[in-house]
Amino acid sequence: MSSQDMIEGRRWAPVRLLAGTPFGVILAAAFMAVMVFVMIFAKVLQPYAFDYINLLARLAPPVPLSGSTWAHPAGTDTLGRDLMSRLLVGTQTSMLLALLGTCLGAVLGIALGFLAAHKGRLWDEIIMGLVDFQAAMPWFIVALAVLAFLGNSMVIFVAIMALYGWETYARITRGLVLSAREQGYAAAVRGLGARARWVYLRHILPNIAGPLLVQLTVNFPSTILFETSLSFLGLGIRPPMTSLGQMLGEGRDYLINAWWLAVVPGLTIFLITLSMSILGDWLRSKLDPSLED
Amino acid sequence: MRWTAIKIARAGITMWLVVTFVFFVLRISGDPTDMLLPDDIDQATRDFYRRLWGLDQPLLTQYWSYLMALVQGDFGISFRNNLDAYDLVMERVPKTLLLTGTALIISLAIGIPLGILAALYRDSWLDRGVMAVAVFGFSMPNFFLGILLILVFSLQLRVLPSSGSGTWAHLIMPAATLGISFAAQFARYTRSSMIDVLSKPYMRTARSKGAGPGRRVTLHAVPNASVPIVTILGFKIGELIGGAVITETVFAWPGIGRLLTTAVGSRDLAVVQCIMILLALTMVTANAITDLIYGWIDPRVRVGAGATQK
Repeated sequence: MSSQDMIEGRRWAPVRLLAGTPFGVILAAAFMAVMVFVMIFAKVLQPYAFDYINLLARLAPPVPLSGSTWAHPAGTDTLGRDLMSRLLVGTQTSMLLALLGTCLGAVLGIALGFLAAHKGRLWDEIIMGLVDFQAAMPWFIVALAVLAFLGNSMVIFVAIMALYGWETYARITRGLVLSAREQGYAAAVRGLGARARWVYLRHILPNIAGPLLVQLTVNFPSTILFETSLSFLGLGIRPPMTSLGQMLGEGRDYLINAWWLAVVPGLTIFLITLSMSILGDWLRSKLDPSLED
Repeated sequence: MRWTAIKIARAGITMWLVVTFVFFVLRISGDPTDMLLPDDIDQATRDFYRRLWGLDQPLLTQYWSYLMALVQGDFGISFRNNLDAYDLVMERVPKTLLLTGTALIISLAIGIPLGILAALYRDSWLDRGVMAVAVFGFSMPNFFLGILLILVFSLQLRVLPSSGSGTWAHLIMPAATLGISFAAQFARYTRSSMIDVLSKPYMRTARSKGAGPGRRVTLHAVPNASVPIVTILGFKIGELIGGAVITETVFAWPGIGRLLTTAVGSRDLAVVQCIMILLALTMVTANAITDLIYGWIDPRVRVGAGATQK
């Protein structure tokens, strides 16, 4: 055992993990941990039902302001619904949708990237043509139109979110697979008689997972902004359901007398995107220094 | 020559895919007469409008006449107010160009110098400070930034108007809202591009020739570092337009974005269709031009295109 191991070995493992990690990154990770907790347990944590209307308790300000009560620590909205409960459930909706959209998009893009690299020729041309097409569509505007015309369906909304950003994964995966295939290990496994699918799943995928994971982290904030922007415009998530963007859109009409209705959900969205960006940057510098920016 | 032809053909195919996609998605969403006419209207009137708008034809016939009309520059008539959809959209273009153009200039004027400084003083407090601000800048949702600006400058300080587009004062907050996240992104791209360039052998050569630091940066580093920035600029146009939709809605700025949100709200098919196609055309053209300029500046791209098809 070297002296380095001796020193390191004395510390408790989680402490060793934290040592040397920038404070901002720890803070961002802690905040995201809370958000994930809320995403799972929002319905248990909410002090009132998030859509419970109480017209006698309308427009209470959040706690440090005058006129606030501890019965509604984050205040109430124009219908007297408890803002803390709405914030929790809204965060849950936004986080779940962003997570689902990001993961579906990643799976689709990675699969198509593998297919393009494996089949080559015509398949490659078609998939790369679709990538160009996706990149040329102003997707946010497509989403706006599709949601307005096809109506308020959760399935369509999730499908649109999944299609947002898949092309980046496809492009990255295709490039990585093409270069990985030329390396010794893939040729060696193939030489041993392994089938193509086995080589891709067991040998190439783990080797290119780093940059893809980084892309996943980079993609998450834009997906959550995609959802909140659409819900803000009154498409996407609509009442009686709520999301952070929908809350902000509603609160926008009461800026003069109840600014917190817009500022509290807006700040939550900002902190989520900020934390994920910080984590993404950090992960990138750890996993793949060559990809820096 | 062949490379140029391939690029242009690809742009053409992409455009055709977009046009087809827009047509089918908007048509399968149901009969526009259901949404536009009152529920209790008699069948004869309904049939009259269906014939008038060509909705009684089979879908493929509609698609064909739609394509033929597009080729001739005919985008159809707004269902709402019977005006030419293309004219309605074009009337709003100057306002959107003013907003996005100003935002782009602001973002480049802030982002590029900051990125260069950060790269030159890499790992200094200046670099760290600029990069920290940049993370805040591009994490800020523009609808939230817009609302914060309205709260502070319109409602608290009462120095700037919160909506409309009459004077220069009206332009300040929307342009800042749209520009700030791009400024942050350009600062990051410029920084990494500059860091990359500064480590190149030709920078050492310039130094050994006796070129001073100012000359090295302005004549050797910045022109080389600007090449990737030009490419990124082409890709950012879509984001810029998406951001404009939100910003125009927040500040009631009478541009294309606001026209789109109202047209979407009133299910005005022709106007929505026209906006989507024109935006896609802008993006495809911008990307093709960037590609062509890029291949022209850097001949390696053209050679590589046949083999790897980036």
